Amino acid sequence: MLELYGTKFSSRMLLGTAGYASPDLLRQAVEASGAEIVTVSLRRESARAKTGQGFWGLIEEMGRRVLPNTAGCRTAKEAITTAQMARELFGTNWIKLEVIANDDTLQPEVFGLVEAAAELNADGFDVLPYTTEDLSVAERLAAAGCDVLMPWGSPIGSARGLANKTALQTLRAYFPDTPLIVDAGLGAPSHAAEVMEMGYDAVLLNTAIAKADNPVTMARGFARAVEGGRLAYEAGIVEPRDMATPSTPVVGTPFFKIDNAS
Amino acid sequence: MQILVNGEQHTTDAGSLEELCKRLGFADAKVATAVNGCFVAATARARTQLTEADEIEIVAPRQGG
Repeated sequence: MLELYGTKFSSRMLLGTAGYASPDLLRQAVEASGAEIVTVSLRRESARAKTGQGFWGLIEEMGRRVLPNTAGCRTAKEAITTAQMARELFGTNWIKLEVIANDDTLQPEVFGLVEAAAELNADGFDVLPYTTEDLSVAERLAAAGCDVLMPWGSPIGSARGLANKTALQTLRAYFPDTPLIVDAGLGAPSHAAEVMEMGYDAVLLNTAIAKADNPVTMARGFARAVEGGRLAYEAGIVEPRDMATPSTPVVGTPFFKIDNAS
Repeated sequence: MQILVNGEQHTTDAGSLEELCKRLGFADAKVATAVNGCFVAATARARTQLTEADEIEIVAPRQGG
């Protein structure tokens, strides 16, 4: 089972709640995905519209564990204050820590990320940092007290899959006992299966499901891919080789003559 | 006094953050607050005095990835 900060989960998919065409579609997609953890954010509340109040009702109704993010924060200070507001608002120590470097790539600003992670961990948060695949940054995050790491697959919302698979494999090998979750950039169920086959503990996605023509069916597809990839990892995948090896027994082949063997 | 509420100019004579939240209709709403970039817990709003040019953030749950 997946274990994050002392809590066990049977689903290995974390699902974002943004970008669905309707609240009902979101509810159905979460249901179809089997996700037990959903990500949320906090945004300025308008005195007139009070949009957040209705959304909170929906979240409560879904009954999933909530993982608030600090999306859009540009500095450690902004992320820390946002995390503190999220902790009070959602009643959880869990925080998906994002410090963003620029609008084009939405890549993690890793210096601010490490700084914020250290302060939040010291303040009693359970930090799940959205980071790059860089090993040295991952080491700094682990040293800052992060027991879970969430490297990106590729830029948020890009649906490109794994841009740097080798580095992600290195991270897995280097942190065999740390829960690793690929967060961002997955577009197709095959991407998720690839992540899970590598021995990653879980995937976190949003756009791939929310923006699919049929989000509910896509949620089901991702759930099966995640499960399939995980089972493959647990079962032990056969090493690739360059030349063919017959799967059918050679012994007793009709018309076999020893001269043909070479 | 003039303050900024969620990035917009706002004129108020509310003495405390709690009073401001009440006047904006957030008395029973699920919101979190910050003043000048620092988190202010719900329990601290009543004793948080507002001063000219304060920058207030009032946030609520929203969809996120």
